[in-house]
Amino acid sequence: MAHHARTPIRLARLVLLALTLVLAPATLTAPTPAAAQAAQEEVATILAGFTRGQFPATLAAIDALAASGHPHAAEILTALSDRRLVVEAAGRRVLWKDAGGAYYDALTGAPVAAPGATTDVRVSNAVRRAVQTAMASLTLRAPSPATRIEAAAAILRARDLSQRDALAAARAEETDPNVQRAFDDTLAGLAIADTGAAEADRLAAIARLAERGDASARALLLGLPADAPEALREAASAAIAAIDRRLAMQAHVQNIFFGLSLGSVLLLAAIGLAITFGVMGVINMAHGEMVMIGAYATFVVQELMRTFAPGLLDLSLLVALPLAFLSAGLVGVALERLVIRHLYGRPLETLLATWGVSLILQQAVRSLFGPTNREVMNPSFMSGSLELFGIALTWSRVWIIVFALAVFLALLVAMKATSFGLRMRAVVQNRRMAASMGIRTPWIDALTFGLGSGIAGVAGVALSQIDNVSPNLGQSYIIDSFLVVVFGGVGSLWGAFVAALSLGVANKLVEPLAGAVLAKIVILVAVILFIQKRPRGLFALEGRAVES
Amino acid sequence: MTFTRRHVLGLGAALAGASMFRGVPALAQGEPIKVGVLHSLSGTMAISETTLKDVMLMLIEAQNAKGGLLGRPLEAVVVDPASDWPLFAEKARELITGGCAATFGCWTSVSRKSVLPVFEELNSILFYPVQYEGEESQRNVFYTGAAPNQQAIPAVDYLMEVEGVERWVLAGTDYVYPRTTNRILEAYLQAKGVAPEDILINYTPFGHSDWQTIVSDIRRFGGEGKRTAVVSTINGDANVPFYRELANQGVAATDIPVVAFSVGEEELAGIDTGPLVGHLAAWNYFMSVDTPENRAFIEQWHAFTGDTKRVTNDPMEAHYIGFNMWVKAVEAAGTTDADAVIDAMIGVAVPNLTGGYSAMMPNHHITKPVLVGEIQDDGQFAVVWETAGLVPGDAWSDHLEGSKDLMSDWQAPMNCGNFNVVSGQCGGA
Repeated sequence: MAHHARTPIRLARLVLLALTLVLAPATLTAPTPAAAQAAQEEVATILAGFTRGQFPATLAAIDALAASGHPHAAEILTALSDRRLVVEAAGRRVLWKDAGGAYYDALTGAPVAAPGATTDVRVSNAVRRAVQTAMASLTLRAPSPATRIEAAAAILRARDLSQRDALAAARAEETDPNVQRAFDDTLAGLAIADTGAAEADRLAAIARLAERGDASARALLLGLPADAPEALREAASAAIAAIDRRLAMQAHVQNIFFGLSLGSVLLLAAIGLAITFGVMGVINMAHGEMVMIGAYATFVVQELMRTFAPGLLDLSLLVALPLAFLSAGLVGVALERLVIRHLYGRPLETLLATWGVSLILQQAVRSLFGPTNREVMNPSFMSGSLELFGIALTWSRVWIIVFALAVFLALLVAMKATSFGLRMRAVVQNRRMAASMGIRTPWIDALTFGLGSGIAGVAGVALSQIDNVSPNLGQSYIIDSFLVVVFGGVGSLWGAFVAALSLGVANKLVEPLAGAVLAKIVILVAVILFIQKRPRGLFALEGRAVES
Repeated sequence: MTFTRRHVLGLGAALAGASMFRGVPALAQGEPIKVGVLHSLSGTMAISETTLKDVMLMLIEAQNAKGGLLGRPLEAVVVDPASDWPLFAEKARELITGGCAATFGCWTSVSRKSVLPVFEELNSILFYPVQYEGEESQRNVFYTGAAPNQQAIPAVDYLMEVEGVERWVLAGTDYVYPRTTNRILEAYLQAKGVAPEDILINYTPFGHSDWQTIVSDIRRFGGEGKRTAVVSTINGDANVPFYRELANQGVAATDIPVVAFSVGEEELAGIDTGPLVGHLAAWNYFMSVDTPENRAFIEQWHAFTGDTKRVTNDPMEAHYIGFNMWVKAVEAAGTTDADAVIDAMIGVAVPNLTGGYSAMMPNHHITKPVLVGEIQDDGQFAVVWETAGLVPGDAWSDHLEGSKDLMSDWQAPMNCGNFNVVSGQCGGA
């Protein structure tokens, strides 16, 4: 690629370019006609590189254009990277399109009213990287600190030694501490790669990177040329070893976070089942479909809000929560009233009937919404990640952990502190006694089943953020949900909580060692062995209710 | 103008539809020729296969509007194998014994393997439209999707030559297609001088949704200084959470590009593609390819489905090519008799949708161009690279031991799907 072949002349040109950009109004508006003519011809030759349709020609043109001092270089390069640079079929003129769709001539910068047929200049990731590097020289003094940091990072990525003096000059004037740090890192990275630099400077650079101690510092240290002096190589390998120890620690912490996050997803999926199966004893194979209904409720809410209240789209999940609870809960109540209540005490028939219902629900959703995935948007507060001590925690996962805990606590409160919870527990513990106290037990059965289903619907809102919203969504969670409830101890909410989190963490600790496929198998076997030893799971219920 | 053309098409479609149902063909006379459509309409694979059923109905309808085949109307026989592999075999038997002259169907390799013996036993014809792992050539099957040398190998070449990639993550779902493709790629990369420690192979279960560990592994592997790319054979549903995790952990295409072999326009329909711009896919067709044939095809598809937002994808093009090849072969043979059509198929060339002609070769694979496309923020792909000409599909990979000595030729006198050129015998290694 072209940016490996830098020359002192190029460097001089870049400095000149920087100067011309600063002094642009004075120098470029009034050049002598002959010089202007020559400059135009030079730019025309460079621009021709974009018309070839070949990546090497495009890459060469990018570097040449950045160095040419062409007043529209920045606009052209940005347009190229955004795929807004086009070539007119007739005449091979290079044009750029602004965000509004208006065309400009790349050579003169003049607006072009109605261009003929055009083809896009092809962009690859290599082209985008070259643009970033070329733009970096233009943006080292940009007003926004973020842009300056990005510029330094781009220079570092390209190991562009020719930019070092410009960068050092910019560093001398820099006042923002964050940008200063980024510039220093880049200078250190360049010093390591520069075989011409003094050994003391390179040692200092290694020490600086060792202090930074993250993965990219490690990559820079690895980039030390193999023919470097002995002292340098020793210092670098010592620094790498230190960083490795630190990264290994971080990886452990990260795995535990991943495990908690997986555990909270399992908890969300299983917690509704902990009520319908755990408390009521109904083997509900349609539980996954309740989750799916919740996810589709989220989709419908988002579509409606996109049409009627696009400004509030970030709040769509909050709106979706009660609706998902209600829609899945109502389906649950209907399922209990129409099917399950006729089958109490006949687990095998319940299993088959609810499995049939799950197929019906899947096909109904498939007919209604189509078989393909539906797009559910991540609200802005759930996108991106949080960098904490060098560990990237994605926001969607952080929120799902918080949400799972909130749902769990809300459910605990509902079970222990409300009169509905009291009746529900009474019916489960001794149905006949509860009935003689005046509790309408069939009504409580229906509501309990509705509650479990509604909670599953709420889980669907959260899962729509990390998984496919498709008719098959529920199937992928049903097995895991039963696993969690059985492992935790049927009938125990706390059991489900501990089981979900420990299964999640165990899975994520095994996964780096054994791979994702084997990790699942190992966990499954471990749970089976555990159930052999303690058939009632982690938190077995005691007392008469269990015996009956 | 668009309106009128669509109008006419719609009218033609309506006519054809009416003729099919009333049994009083307006354009074609006589006993209908039955065409089997064997795609899952329920279960896990419905997400991908339902579209292919629709495209077959559209092609058959359009053929009837043109006067049918051999002067007889075509009749689609649609069955639902419900993503259940043994059921594929039963339904295939049902179609063939019910008199279907040819069957278009299957998506997963395991479903194809399940129907193979049926087509062989009852001597009928199957058109298989999906990119697959190769290592197979059967007399009764025509493979219109890509073999590994028509997708995986050129994509890796692109990354090596244009993107300068030196380290490779081969990530796939744990089943036969990714395992075989990765075996071929691993051998190919090592032959190209890539060190074994620069290849990281990773398998995940079907429908895997928790990608945190794997994406952070990829970040670590790619953060060690050498330019890194991910070659993804991750299947269907697992892709959405995978790409979401990539975007959330900030893995940009300029740092670590992902090239996927199972992600097309249809799969992207479920994701916000903004953060994915620059990630790649390799196929033989993209909806964005601007040719008159493709424009007409998309227009026909939108008119047929009544939905201008529906996307087209590579397996749909494969069915388009396969169906037109079959029509041509039947016309040349003058009969729908399986043996005559199988012989007539070889050498048949029809226009593909990317501006060239695809031809059926003696090994029952076809010639196709290979395109590498970049994901755009509108869920489409922009072509960044294509092979200079058409690439003939290779049934037996040249990069695997035991497979590189095999060749396939279903013409007389060889008539063999796995001829060993070393031992000079038909019947494998």
